[in-house]
Amino acid sequence: MLEARNVAFGYTRGSRILDDVSVSIAPGSVVGLIGPNGSGKTTLLRLLNGTLTPLAGRVSLDGAALSTMRRLEVAKRIAVVPQETQVTFDFTVLEIVLMGRYAHLGAFAIEGPDDVAIARKAMASTGTAPLESRQFATLSGGEKQRVVIASAIAQSSGILLLDEPTTALDIGYQFEIASLLSSLNRERKTTMVVSTHDLNLAAMLCSELVLLKAGRVLAVGPTKDVLTTGNIRRLYDVDADVVFHPRAGHLTVVPVARAD
Amino acid sequence: MPARTDVRRRLTLTLTGFGALTVIVMLLAPLVGSTSISLSRVFDRSIPFSDNVDAQVFFVARLPRVIAAALVGAGFALSGVVFQGLLRNPLASPDTLGVAAGATLGAMLALTAHADFTIFGIGVVPLTSFAGTIGALAIVMAIAFARRRGTSSTVLLLAGIAIGALLAAAGRFIQYFADVTDTFKTVQWLMGSLDVGSYAPIVASLVPFGIACAGFVTLPRVLDLISLGDAAAEARGVDVVRMERIALVSASLSTGAAVSLGGPVYFVGIIVPHIVRLIVGADHRLVLPASALFGASFLIVCDLIARTIVAPVEMPVGIITAIIGGPFFLWLLFRGR
Repeated sequence: MLEARNVAFGYTRGSRILDDVSVSIAPGSVVGLIGPNGSGKTTLLRLLNGTLTPLAGRVSLDGAALSTMRRLEVAKRIAVVPQETQVTFDFTVLEIVLMGRYAHLGAFAIEGPDDVAIARKAMASTGTAPLESRQFATLSGGEKQRVVIASAIAQSSGILLLDEPTTALDIGYQFEIASLLSSLNRERKTTMVVSTHDLNLAAMLCSELVLLKAGRVLAVGPTKDVLTTGNIRRLYDVDADVVFHPRAGHLTVVPVARAD
Repeated sequence: MPARTDVRRRLTLTLTGFGALTVIVMLLAPLVGSTSISLSRVFDRSIPFSDNVDAQVFFVARLPRVIAAALVGAGFALSGVVFQGLLRNPLASPDTLGVAAGATLGAMLALTAHADFTIFGIGVVPLTSFAGTIGALAIVMAIAFARRRGTSSTVLLLAGIAIGALLAAAGRFIQYFADVTDTFKTVQWLMGSLDVGSYAPIVASLVPFGIACAGFVTLPRVLDLISLGDAAAEARGVDVVRMERIALVSASLSTGAAVSLGGPVYFVGIIVPHIVRLIVGADHRLVLPASALFGASFLIVCDLIARTIVAPVEMPVGIITAIIGGPFFLWLLFRGR
């Protein structure tokens, strides 16, 4: 269980990005973080993997405070997919994916055949196997994102934190990433926290949602209970229809007008 | 492409190749010079050393210089790799963080003050330039660390540029009031020279080089991960703040030792890592050791050319590194396009 209890955070003195936020991520669940720009989604994700330390409250993993754990230990349990990945030097796709194995390697950090096998399997499950020896920098946005997800899968951690994983992608890739993530959850029981602006993706993928507004939790609960017209109006000032779509098999959100 | 997956095999291949190059260059370079000597006579044990002119030329006159070139080349190349990786900037070099100005100021102070003494056989100019290097980097790092919990590469770079400008201005101030002879000596120092004269400075430089190397061996994989960004490296298990400090301290010591031994031939530190990357790829587990070996070989060859091309006059090695390195790098860059 990954848990944040009453956490607060601010980058500069006096201003709070997050205030009194509590979330608990049950093993095997897929939790969506939704909220307007600047509501604190990325900051909450960084607190949840311990790369930021809360000013107040605590983040714990199975009862142990994340701030007391070594980075290597955290990395074995939690992997992260950032919004965007820039690489300085000309690494190949396989090299990028193998970097996910860092936490599992010995002192001289040289991968063995097992690590390469794990990386290849992660690439196969993300459809990036044919890209193996391409330079990462030459890939398209969708390909890059799938390679970074493969690198996170290769980290073999039970929890995956994804920061707007589909924002830069067209609907084809959006759909592909979404189905990839739900199959990961089904087949490997990977726990996920996904921040997103795509409410339909959240509806399709997430069993639970956390609604963040101005650094506070507006609502939290099962997707079907909190993804409502009222909450969307409160969150984004947008009037939207929320209907169950029989062919898609989940709730869909159709924005109708800016609410005044 | 299985060739790119087996790091162990590629590492063996890389070390063997670049290692062989370095050994050959180190053995052959001392044979070349105004007096021709033969390798078999150099190692002929039947002649006593005091009578063996070939051995004397090899071990006393030329070998110290070759070893110095190897250390300086390796030192600059290693710190170049580390600065480029750490700052995520392919244009970074050992002097990016204001080091050049610090080293120059140190050397200039000693030259202008006509300070002339030695400590354990080390001249005053090497000592003050080493102190200048470490001093400049210490100021830059202190500023960057004070600003944030960790170091941001932008803050480091900007602090380096600011401190570098300040120290360079101080240097020019001194130079403006110095007499012509002192200014000429400073300019000569700036062009680099590997004429160390004895083994004493080499032995002394092994202390900072040794400490730096202890840091460098922990860095290769970390630099790979840091090139994805600090947050991504942390998420994959790197203690970024701690490793950045180790990297900066090691690269500073290595730069300082190299400057004090051979003068500011920083160009080696920017060009060698790029040449090596074009050959072995981006993986720092290969780039770091290969750069050390190639940097050593490259500077030995440059110094060989510097001392023979217009003999008996000696060219400053800094001129040769740029004349050879620049076009060689461009050739590699455009090869096969």
